[in-house]
Amino acid sequence: MTILRKGYPSPAIREKEILRYSGCRVPDESTIALMRSCIDEAQKVLTYEVCYCILPVEIRVDICDFGCFSLTSQGLAKNLSSSTQVVLFAATVGTGLDRLIAKYGRISPSRALMIQALGAERIEALCDEFCKDISTELNTCLAPRFSPGYGDLPLETQRDIFAVLDPSRQIGLTLNDSLLMSPSKSVTAFAGMANECNNTNKCSLCDKTNCNFRRVL
Amino acid sequence: MNFRDFLKDNIIYLDGGLGTLLQSRGLKPGELPERWSISHPEVLQDIHKAYFDAGSNVVCSNTFGANCLKFDKNELEQIVSAAINNVKIARDKSSNTAPKFVALDLGPSGKLLKPLGDLDFEDAVSVFAETVKLGAKYGADLVIIETMNDSYETKAALLAVKENCDLPVLVSNVYGADGKLMTGASPEAMVAMLEGMGVDALGANCSLGPKQLRPVAERLLACASVPVLLKPNAGLPKSVDGKTVFDVTPDEFAEELASLVKSGLRIAGGCCGTTPEYISLLTSKTAGARAIPVTKKNITAVSSYSHAVVFDKEPILIGERINPTGKKRFKQALINNDIDYILSEGINQQEKGVHILDVNVGLPDIDEVSMLKTAVCELQAVIDLPLQIDTANIPAMESAMRRYNGKAMINSVNGKAESMAAVFPLVKKYGGVVVALTLDEGGIPQTAEGRFAIAQKILKTAECYGIDKKDIIFDTLAMTISADSGAASTTLTALNQIKNELGCHTSLGVSNISFGLPSRDGINSTFFALALENGLSAAIMNPYSADMMKVYYSFKALHGMDENCAQYIAAAGSFATVSATNAAPAVKSTEEYRSELQRAIIKGLCEKAGDLTCQLLKSTPPLEIVQNEVIPALNTVGEGFEKKTVYLPQLLMSAEAAKAAFECVKAAMSATSSGTDKGIFVIATVHGDIHDIGKNIVKLLLENYGFNVIDLGKDVPAETVAEAVILRNAPMAGLSALMTTTVPAMEETIKLLREKAPWCKIVVGGAVLTEEYASKIGADKYARDAMETVRYAEKISSDR
Repeated sequence: MTILRKGYPSPAIREKEILRYSGCRVPDESTIALMRSCIDEAQKVLTYEVCYCILPVEIRVDICDFGCFSLTSQGLAKNLSSSTQVVLFAATVGTGLDRLIAKYGRISPSRALMIQALGAERIEALCDEFCKDISTELNTCLAPRFSPGYGDLPLETQRDIFAVLDPSRQIGLTLNDSLLMSPSKSVTAFAGMANECNNTNKCSLCDKTNCNFRRVL
Repeated sequence: MNFRDFLKDNIIYLDGGLGTLLQSRGLKPGELPERWSISHPEVLQDIHKAYFDAGSNVVCSNTFGANCLKFDKNELEQIVSAAINNVKIARDKSSNTAPKFVALDLGPSGKLLKPLGDLDFEDAVSVFAETVKLGAKYGADLVIIETMNDSYETKAALLAVKENCDLPVLVSNVYGADGKLMTGASPEAMVAMLEGMGVDALGANCSLGPKQLRPVAERLLACASVPVLLKPNAGLPKSVDGKTVFDVTPDEFAEELASLVKSGLRIAGGCCGTTPEYISLLTSKTAGARAIPVTKKNITAVSSYSHAVVFDKEPILIGERINPTGKKRFKQALINNDIDYILSEGINQQEKGVHILDVNVGLPDIDEVSMLKTAVCELQAVIDLPLQIDTANIPAMESAMRRYNGKAMINSVNGKAESMAAVFPLVKKYGGVVVALTLDEGGIPQTAEGRFAIAQKILKTAECYGIDKKDIIFDTLAMTISADSGAASTTLTALNQIKNELGCHTSLGVSNISFGLPSRDGINSTFFALALENGLSAAIMNPYSADMMKVYYSFKALHGMDENCAQYIAAAGSFATVSATNAAPAVKSTEEYRSELQRAIIKGLCEKAGDLTCQLLKSTPPLEIVQNEVIPALNTVGEGFEKKTVYLPQLLMSAEAAKAAFECVKAAMSATSSGTDKGIFVIATVHGDIHDIGKNIVKLLLENYGFNVIDLGKDVPAETVAEAVILRNAPMAGLSALMTTTVPAMEETIKLLREKAPWCKIVVGGAVLTEEYASKIGADKYARDAMETVRYAEKISSDR
């Protein structure tokens, strides 16, 4: 098994998404100005790094067996039901954003909030970019990515993922005792390789129907 | 042969990759390779011997991740002892006749240090110290700290080595394609910090192939005064038929490194993907090559977590505003432990263009040791400028230098034997550029010659401590001309002499020159210009003074240090704004907003809200402004938020504008109590959780509404919360948690508060909480958002 690394240039920014994450449905001029000035400042410190590997997977009822470790999760088993291999990856946009959030958390919470929202949008954009890139490269479809904390997949899964990918060495991504990742704007996920591409709204797969961030089709 | 002697005039070959070779021998993904030293000693000995046979002078023990975070005490000792023994056996069996050494390998802890992560700096030092002690005990010849991608963790590891053994130590960092460490440090910043701490050699490894690492190696070679090492990867990994292969061949690898050896590289080896074949080709391609002597670079530099500031021809500005002397508002901030105020002073000075921040928090009634350490840690977490640690309190100086992430500037030492005996050992241990005042037991000499003689004495003493003259910056002491009309000339003559005859850099606290005079800016800025012309390298100054900044930019433009006068032109805009704001045009307020100030707050215009408040204060009592302007504006926005016509970013921008207005009101009021104090509110993000945006939002709004908020920060243990509540007899506390995994910590905190401070009302909030959950863990109130917390706190306050 090989752990591979990829770096990306900045994916296109989706302002609507940033506003959505900031909790602003109807932005006024000053909110948009705030967002754009945060984007300008953050662009200088953002990095886009991913490390990943390809693992075999065997599903037995709700057990997902990846060879080097296995997990029990109905949600993940369902998500990977049509896959025999998965891409396991860790992605981060770096520590620079955490420094900005810490800085503005102390002196300007509105900027901190907006940079936080930008970080959420950036890491999602990076994951999208990576999945698009890797599915082209491997000539495969990918199931919607599934992360620890989704559905019944426990956060403790992070320990297994970190043991396999060693992302602290690969991309500087670490895990603390509370299972939080640093840098905070990071994602680990399984993406099952599938024969058929499913392009439905990702939110429609989630059971949490009262979520503020739920995308409406 | 001793390693340090061998390092003097030889090219040293390190080993190559280990992890990739262990995987090919059957190490499973996720398995800890360190255990193989005990379970598969013959495999390790085989690989180590192959490296020695290929020509390696130094082979690293299989202890990359051997630390007490991953292994218990007994197992750790067994692992380190076996790992070193395996290298020794390989060394004895190898046919290679060149000098051979056993290196204790120290990799990163796998955790990120606070404040970015959760590992405390001192804990990191202890973690590395455990492994270092074992390495020394079991007979390593040297220590290699490698694959470090964070400057702060690198410092912790190097400190652990220095404090626990006398072995030579090499440090190697991971640089990305952008030429920086993952947490931001440039090669020049790393050289400044590592050389300051007395490293034997430094360099780069991992991440990239030799071609991509060449620019980093060249930058290190250009500024390092110790040997430079390089251990690149065999290019990038690829998966071919399930096997890992790297894209740089042994031949290409050796060729590239051999050419760097010709440019001065002194220590070479390989990292991921390299094998004994790579090392063998490297040694044969460089056979007979001359080891280029390492030259002293004589660079005076300080550094932060991101970059180095070099003292050269261009003047360096050191911002003086983080200092309570003569500043009522700053003193108040220190007494209230209001770190945010100190941070904003730092950030504002950075925006004005200073290169270094002076940090002085000395006040008679505060614990300076703890406050200086806190201020330094907080500043370096959010500002990338190097800091000047300014104190006469030696324990405070040491604790701040120890925690400093980089090579600090130290203010100051002087010619008194006692001062030098206290400060120089710290500079030697932690590194630093120290400001030396030309005074001694006899006081401040009246003559330039007297000050020059003290400078010579200081240099001589520094040399005895092994401190190079490049790390001393002389301050020839600006004394007020109101007391002695010849004061300026004495200072300038001494300055000029030290610069030209001793070849040392200089610094001055410029504004002392005008003490006791009216309209000081004119004298200060003229003196600044004269000093610059006499060779002044750095000034401790007030960057808010337009006159001082004018001199700085003009001097650079006049001396050809500012191409096309671009910096001067850019700065000229800001000189103009100063006068423009003074004559702020009165815009007619619209009906809709009742007043211009209310409009500024509702629209979230910080600067404007501040300016308008200051103007209003000339005619209106402070409390009236709060009652009639600020609070009604806040209410308008708050109600809008509750009705969902105003969204969170807008609410926050308004709150910040209100805060700007409050700052002016506070500054205007002589009494410390504002009269609007609705009581103390202790707030914290619970233990284990590092999310504090929500908490900060609540804090800001509570402050707006007149609460005295004691912010304990994030990741706060239950005991700390209880202590703060008891100490201040606080009627209310707010706890925040974002993660399901940290809700138990919240429950524990509530339990402790109930036991130790039963009077205290507890409100909780955070993404994972619900009304039901909050009552289950025993909170008095669940607040959905910041406004709800404010409403609840107001209710508690009025019930009291």
